[in-house]
Amino acid sequence: MRSLMWLFAPAVLLAQINVPYERIRDADKEPGNWLTYSRDYSGQRYSPLDQINAGNVGKLRVAWMRQVDELDTVETSPIVVDGTLFITAPPNVVEALDAATGRTLWSYRKDIPGDLRMCCGKVNRGLAILGNTLYYASVDAHLIALDARTGVLRWDVTMADYKTGYSSTGAPLAVKDKIITGMAGGEYGTRGFIDGYDAKTGKRLWRFNTIPVKGEPGNETWEGESWKTGSATTWVTGAYDPESNTVYWGTGNPGPDWNGEVRKGDNLYSDCLIALDPDTGAKKWHFQYTPHDMNDWDSTQTPILAHGMVVLANRNGFYYALNQNTGKFIAGRAYVKQTWATGLDEAGRVMRVPAAMPTPEGTLIWPSLAGGSNWYSSTYNPKTDLYYVNVKEMAAIYIRGDAEYKAGAQFNGGGQTDYKEEEPYGAVRALEVATGQLRWEYKLHSPSHSGLMTTAGGLVFGSNGTSFFALDAQKGGLLWRFETGGGGGIDANPISYMSGGKQYVAIAAGHALLVFSVE
Amino acid sequence: MKWAPLLVLSAMAALAAGTETKIKLPASRADLLRGEKLFQVNCARCHGAKGEGSRGPALTRPKLPHAPDDAALVKVINDGIRGTEMPGAGAMSDHEVRQTAAYVRSLGKVPMKPVPGDPAHGAEVYRGKGNCAGCHTINGEGGVAGPDLTTIGAARSGAYLRESIVDPQAAVPEDFLLVTVVPKNGASVTGIRVNEDSFSIQVRDGSGRSYSFWKSDVERLDKQKGKSPMPSYKGQLSDAELTDLVAYLASLKERK
Repeated sequence: MRSLMWLFAPAVLLAQINVPYERIRDADKEPGNWLTYSRDYSGQRYSPLDQINAGNVGKLRVAWMRQVDELDTVETSPIVVDGTLFITAPPNVVEALDAATGRTLWSYRKDIPGDLRMCCGKVNRGLAILGNTLYYASVDAHLIALDARTGVLRWDVTMADYKTGYSSTGAPLAVKDKIITGMAGGEYGTRGFIDGYDAKTGKRLWRFNTIPVKGEPGNETWEGESWKTGSATTWVTGAYDPESNTVYWGTGNPGPDWNGEVRKGDNLYSDCLIALDPDTGAKKWHFQYTPHDMNDWDSTQTPILAHGMVVLANRNGFYYALNQNTGKFIAGRAYVKQTWATGLDEAGRVMRVPAAMPTPEGTLIWPSLAGGSNWYSSTYNPKTDLYYVNVKEMAAIYIRGDAEYKAGAQFNGGGQTDYKEEEPYGAVRALEVATGQLRWEYKLHSPSHSGLMTTAGGLVFGSNGTSFFALDAQKGGLLWRFETGGGGGIDANPISYMSGGKQYVAIAAGHALLVFSVE
Repeated sequence: MKWAPLLVLSAMAALAAGTETKIKLPASRADLLRGEKLFQVNCARCHGAKGEGSRGPALTRPKLPHAPDDAALVKVINDGIRGTEMPGAGAMSDHEVRQTAAYVRSLGKVPMKPVPGDPAHGAEVYRGKGNCAGCHTINGEGGVAGPDLTTIGAARSGAYLRESIVDPQAAVPEDFLLVTVVPKNGASVTGIRVNEDSFSIQVRDGSGRSYSFWKSDVERLDKQKGKSPMPSYKGQLSDAELTDLVAYLASLKERK
C-alpha cells in the first residue's frame, strides 16, 4: 500500500501531547504548564511564573474568552499542556482549546440522563491527564477516558448508580499508572468512596469506602444502620506526596446533614482527611475535623502540603496543621468568627459548645453552612511562606428537621435560614502556615465562593462575586481588578500558564472562561 | 452541599425533568404515505431512500439507540443529535415531524438486509494488507489521522463504507478540510482543519498534534477542498477482500 507519510511529513519530527507521571511529579521543571488540578501534587496552587508581577499586573487585559451556552456555572480549573488548554464545561462537556487564541480544537459531550438529580448544579471542576489520555468524572458518576489529541472516547466506566443520588463533579488525580477519583451526592444518603482505576483499561483496582462496614473499625461510630446512608462524599481533588507515596483526600458531611439524632456517634470517616496508599487504597491514617457534624461542614477542599505538614482552613472555621506523615495535630486556631466550639484540644479535637446545634426552632451559629471557607482553593506561596484563604464571615440559623431515607431523594434532615442582623462579609486572609496566625487581610463586601492562586510574581489572584482581582502577596494591597459582569458569579479557581513566551492567567467566571495577559 | 438556595432550584428542576409525557404517533395509511414523502425530502439524503442507510445510519432496525421511544424519536427529528452530523428538522410542522417519525418506525418492522462477507477475515485485511490501523482507531488501538471507527457500523451503511474505501474523495464529510499552512517563519504543516476564523486557523496533523497560527503570520494557506488524505483501495484489494473488510467494519456497532 502506498504510504501517506508525505502528507504528514513535518509531524513525525514533532512531539506529541504526552504527560507521563514523571512530568507531573516534576511539575516545577515546566512552570509554563499546568499538568494537574492544583498544578503540582502539593495542592499549593502556586505558579512559579513571574512575568506578570506587582510591577505590571495593572496592565492585565482579557486576551480571549470562551463562553458556554448553558445555565450552570463554569467551575473548571483548566489543564494546560504545551499550548493546549483542556477544560470541562456544563452540562457534561470536555474541550481542548488553543492556549493563545482560545479557539476550539475539539469538543466532547456526554448526554445527561433526564432523571439525574444534583443538589448544587451540573458543575465540574476539571480533569486529569496521563500520557495522551484525559480523565473526566462526568456528572452521572462515570469515569471517562478521552484521547487528548482528538477527544475520541477511549473508555467509559460507571462508578456508581446516579439513580440513587451518586454524581461526580471533581477532577480526578493521576498518580503513577492509576487514576484516583472521588464522587459526590452528600445530600442523597449515598455512601462515599475514593476509587483507584487502571489508567489504561479503566478497570477499578480498589475502592476505599469512606464509611466502614459492620465489623470494620470505625463502624461503631454510627448508631444502628445509619452508616449505610452516611454520605461522607469525596467531591474535590486531593494532594499527593511522591516521596512517601501518600494520597491525601478530604471527605464530606455525614448524612442526613442537619439531623444528628439519627446517626449518633463521631460518624467516621465523614469530615476527615484520609491518607491513602495509592497502589492499594489502604488507609494510612485519618484526621477528623468535625466529629458528628450537624452543620454540613464538608471537609473536601484540597489540602496543602508544606514543610512536612498538611494544612487547610476547614469549613468549620478552624485552621489546622497536621504532621504530613502521621496525621498528628501540630497547631490550629479559628480563622473566622465561630461560636460552636471553645477551641481545639491538644489532639486537635474540637471542644464543642453543647447548645450550638441545630434545633427544630433554629439555632444561631457562626459560621454558616457555607463555612469559613469552602471547596475552592486556598493557596500557599513558598516565597512569602504564607497560606492564603478566601473566607466568609457569616452566620446562619440552623434548623433540625425529620430525615427519612428514600433512594435518589434528598436526605437533609433540616436546613438553614440566613442571618442578616450582622452583615455577612468576605476577606482574603494571609495566615502563617505553621500556626494559622493572621498576618493580613483584604476585606471584601460579601462572602466569596471562589478560589485563590498565588504566584512567584508576588501576587495572589482571587475573586469576589463578579470581580476578579490581584493582591500583593506580601502586604495584601489591591493591585488590579476586572469586572466579569452579571449573569453568574465566579465559582472557580484561577490558574496560570505560558504560551508563545507569554504568561496568561485564567479564571472561569459565570458562564465563561476568561484568559488574561499583559499587552 | 455547597450553597443552600440551590436546594430550592434543584428541586424545581427535578420536578420539571419528571414531566416528560408519552406521545402517540399518527398511524393512518395517509399519515404514513405523507411521512414517507417528508422522509424522502428531509432525511433520505443521508439515511437512504428507504432508510437503508448511507452517510447516516440505517433506520431499518427495530431499535434506534438515540430514540428508545416515540417521544425521543420526535425530539431527535426536531432537535437533531448534538455531536453528530444529524441536524434538527428545518421547516416541518409538529404534525409533519410526527408523520415522519411514524414512517421511520414503520421501517424498523421490515427485516434488515445483512451485510455480506466474512467479518473475521475482514479484520485480518484491516490489520494486515489494508494497514488501516495506521490511520484509524478501533477501541483505542490505532492512529488518529483518520476518523475513529469503533462504532462505524452503527453510523454508516455497508454500501457507503464500500464506496469510501474505493473512492475516499466521494466520502469526505461536509466539514472536513485538508489544509497546508505555510507560515512566514518555520516549517509548513499539513493536516485537518479543526477550526478557523478571520484571524487564526487551527490544524491537526496526522500524528494528532495540534497547531495554531495567526493568519497575520501565515505566508500561504492551501485549502484542498474535497480531498481526502486517504488513498483509494481500488485495485489494491481483491473484491472478496473488500467485501470482507466492509463486513468487518459494518460489524463494529458497539464499544468494547
